[in-house]
Amino acid sequence: MKDFLERIRNCEIMVGDGAMGTMLFTKGLQPGQPPEIFNITKSNILEKIAQSYLDAGADILETNTFGGTSLKLSFFSLEDKTDEINRNAVLAVKKIAANRAYVSGSCGPTGKILKPYGDTEQETVYESFLRQIKILVDAGIDIVCIETMIDLNEAILAIKAAKSVSSTIPVIATMTFDATPKGFYTVMGTSIFNAAKGLEKAGADIIGSNCGNGIENMVRIAQEFSKVTTLPLIIQSNAGLPIIQGTETIYPETPEFMAERAKELVNIPVSVIGGCCGTTPEHIKAIKDIVNAMQH
Amino acid sequence: MDILSSISQFLQQGNDKKVLSLTKEAVNNAIPPQKILDDGLIAGMNVVGQKYKAHDIFLPDVLLSAKAMYTGISILKPLFLKGKMQDRGKIVIGTVQGDLHDIGKNLVAIMLKGAGFEVIDLGNNVSPENFVERAKKENAPIIGLSTLLTTTMPVMKTVVDIVKNDGLNKQIKIIIGGAPVTDEFANSIGADAYCFDSISAVETVKKIMAKDGKM
Repeated sequence: MKDFLERIRNCEIMVGDGAMGTMLFTKGLQPGQPPEIFNITKSNILEKIAQSYLDAGADILETNTFGGTSLKLSFFSLEDKTDEINRNAVLAVKKIAANRAYVSGSCGPTGKILKPYGDTEQETVYESFLRQIKILVDAGIDIVCIETMIDLNEAILAIKAAKSVSSTIPVIATMTFDATPKGFYTVMGTSIFNAAKGLEKAGADIIGSNCGNGIENMVRIAQEFSKVTTLPLIIQSNAGLPIIQGTETIYPETPEFMAERAKELVNIPVSVIGGCCGTTPEHIKAIKDIVNAMQH
Repeated sequence: MDILSSISQFLQQGNDKKVLSLTKEAVNNAIPPQKILDDGLIAGMNVVGQKYKAHDIFLPDVLLSAKAMYTGISILKPLFLKGKMQDRGKIVIGTVQGDLHDIGKNLVAIMLKGAGFEVIDLGNNVSPENFVERAKKENAPIIGLSTLLTTTMPVMKTVVDIVKNDGLNKQIKIIIGGAPVTDEFANSIGADAYCFDSISAVETVKKIMAKDGKM
């Protein structure tokens, strides 16, 4: 496969895949179970999900390792399975990708709050990311994807861990912002400006935002990022914010709606456009069609 | 500036060392502990709460102020007659079974403690039965339920149903909150109130306690 960053530098726009967690719920994941449990019990389902996103036209397929740091897995007493959980997830996606898509290793927050605000040492968080990313890289991922971060310091530790595992592997880093009356901020109070500067300084190759917002806010977030950084951007939007009907959770944005708004992302330009919670292979296909139409 | 205003100021800045030394000084100056709590610590935490609500400050600032408040309370607690600090009422809170998120719930606990309530925090992934058992055992008139996940929202209804079936819905009120929770959802499951954030949780608890003649 061609070099990922080379293609981005050549202004090619790449399409990411869509949701994992919400897809796993439709495949039998029970509330309260960590999504990573499927990596050791039902990795055939990971293959099916990867296949459906590949068929939809995704250029990048993510591993089911969002909660795969030993720190996060320890919430479920699964830290002893860290190696197996991360390795299996990569192998499942790699098998489907078969050099037709890049395999991106997902790294989400550890669930701990760093000192002085919380009780966890920086070193502990760094070591936990280092361990996870080393397994992912050894198993053969093409990209590290640090995502859904709300604490800039935690994101920076993860980026540094990734860079120390491999100085050449592309590193994506995204944070999740809330729309407040005073602008976009993460829960921990990081602005888009500070996020862009901090992630860039730590060595990320592609930066942006995922989760927490529907496509319209994501367009605004991308516009703000584009004003404060020259790095390539990534946006992975939810299919809107969830609405509860009875006991069912519905993500309101349709594939057509998201794809139409994604045109604005292409115009900015955002280099990687994908989906987060509530998006499906249909959403990804609709976005891919728009991107293809606009690029040719 | 008088010493109580100083305590409030330093608490707002999250300076636990200053809050500690000034609280000790206030005690040595024979200021009544209740006054130090109300006009120093709680007054400061109220400002922090309002600023957080207005997005002037963020979670890290609140966490530091809360730490400072605990430091101050640790000095005052032995000075109150037994049970005196619990006079404002007890509340049992936790994140419902199946959900491990607790930042929001912790924040509510901090703010309630700040307002002088006794908070029995059951942590996360708490079973419906456990909530009700503890509320009964502690004689707490309020259970506070939190969830971030949409998938665990139905657990809130289970708690409401258990309380109702046990005939306890006059004694125990249930208040709920969390990102996906709404007023409509609270009504639909028969919860007593929905709280948008930690500030409204404190306001709601005060209202319920006042109605019950507990304040």
